[in-house]
Amino acid sequence: MLVKQISVFLENKSGRLAEVTKILADSNIDISALSIADTTDFGILRLIVNDPETAEKALKDNGFTVSCCSVIAISVPDKPGGLAKALSVLESEAIGIEYMYAFVGKAENEALVILRLDNPEKAVDMLEGAGVKVLTSDTVCKL
Amino acid sequence: MQYWNPSCECMSREEMMKLQTERLIDTVKRIYHNVPVYREKMQEKGIEPGDIKTLDDLKKLPFTYKNDLRDTYPYGFFASPLSEIVRIHASSGTTGKQTVVGYTRKDIDTWAEVTARTLVSAGADKNSLIQVAYGYGLFTGGLGIHYGAERVGASVIPISGGNTKRQIQIMKDFGTTILACTPSYALYMAEEMEELGVKKEDLKLKAGVFGAEQWSENMRKEIEERLGIIAIDIYGLSEIIGPGVSTECHCRCGLHIQEDHFIPEIIDPVTEEVLPPGSKGELVFSTVTKEGIPLIRYRTRDISTLNYEKCECGRTTVRMSKVSGRTDDMLTIRGVNVFPSQIETVLLEFGDTAPHYLLIVDRIDNLDVLEIWVEMNQQLFSDQVKRIEDIERKIRKAIEEILGVSATVKLVEPKTIERSEGKAKRVIDKRKF
Repeated sequence: MLVKQISVFLENKSGRLAEVTKILADSNIDISALSIADTTDFGILRLIVNDPETAEKALKDNGFTVSCCSVIAISVPDKPGGLAKALSVLESEAIGIEYMYAFVGKAENEALVILRLDNPEKAVDMLEGAGVKVLTSDTVCKL
Repeated sequence: MQYWNPSCECMSREEMMKLQTERLIDTVKRIYHNVPVYREKMQEKGIEPGDIKTLDDLKKLPFTYKNDLRDTYPYGFFASPLSEIVRIHASSGTTGKQTVVGYTRKDIDTWAEVTARTLVSAGADKNSLIQVAYGYGLFTGGLGIHYGAERVGASVIPISGGNTKRQIQIMKDFGTTILACTPSYALYMAEEMEELGVKKEDLKLKAGVFGAEQWSENMRKEIEERLGIIAIDIYGLSEIIGPGVSTECHCRCGLHIQEDHFIPEIIDPVTEEVLPPGSKGELVFSTVTKEGIPLIRYRTRDISTLNYEKCECGRTTVRMSKVSGRTDDMLTIRGVNVFPSQIETVLLEFGDTAPHYLLIVDRIDNLDVLEIWVEMNQQLFSDQVKRIEDIERKIRKAIEEILGVSATVKLVEPKTIERSEGKAKRVIDKRKF
């Protein structure tokens, strides 16, 4: 149930994001979700794509530093308290959240969230046990 | 007082050569018998101490390189047992290891003698108040000048480097007459004085002895103008003794080498041939009175020329021109010697292969600043900001520990650092000397 996320190191200078997206477009990669963490000097672009292996290779071939890790994707009811319920499950199990970001899909009345956790396998079990909808890679890419 | 030791500083050439010859012969014997590395080096060249009879024979002797000291770290070149060593100093090595030097009681005495000559050349006497703003510690600057100042009988203010406001306060309140520091720090003080509203007329400062880094005539003019002093260039390196190897006099037309202790040569750094007086080349020193770590034909990597004409000041000692550059990639940052290869040693701690790096040195408000670009690679990268910032911090800390100067570290994308013929450029020095 884990989803592969690729991360790309970017210096804070103009044109870098455009470059990444162009390389991905040329490799026919579809981006499902993305987020950027930025500091004064650099940024980390995180991407969920339909073909992470191809994307990783294309970016590396073009000189980017890329790493791959596992995250989980959940969908929660798009109403007040929807996300809170899912996060309370993680909190009760003392699973730390490194970072998270929401993304947009075509699912109606549902909000989609990517979570980077310190123990993703356990989190999947816990979340599913508590009735939270955990999405597979395929589902994420089709959204 | 015009000279500290006129019998040595104004000696005739003939007498000087006689003295140097005797001392050279003694030193060669000493190192051949006490320092296995030298014995091997000499045997490789097929020479024995008995082959060294005149000054001209100096060129038969092998060179000593900074890396020789690294290869025999820490005490391999010591010619005296540690029981005879009363002081140890160290300077930057080309990699993580420092270059270690030891002084016997007699060496400390010699050092005080040559730095006393230096200070007297700048106008010091027993009425002087000498503020030593060179760093104290393993660096030879602070303690070297300190002992010379005491030898002259001046009052020493051993303030060491840093804390500029306090430096200026003390300079004003105590009535400092001679300032000893790096030339860039002197300029920085002048700037800070302006900010604090302290005028040069408020000070009793007459002269400054400035060294440990390269500086230009323009910088000298600016320092002299802004501090209302005479600025004297001094030269030294820990391998030879520290400060006191040579100094300018009031004529400021070359630095008088204390050649009764240190015999200079100028060589072509590529062919290693000795060049005639006046030629520009690499400065090489042989110490002829040292006991702790006598070095023969030590390659300083500093570019200079030698002038044997008698100086207007009356001194007869040979003068070297202001150092105009290096034959290697060593940088001097805030008075500290830095080799780009030291950075590589640090970066290797963070992975199997060192990432490409670039040192960018600049002088902002008269202070040297060092920025180090490190190309991001797979080993350093993480999807988490805190991990990357943690690595950045660790690199910065390790660099500060190895280099002894603070630096900012910037992680950059791969291939950011320009390569020429596949080899990365390691240094961009934006400072103007």
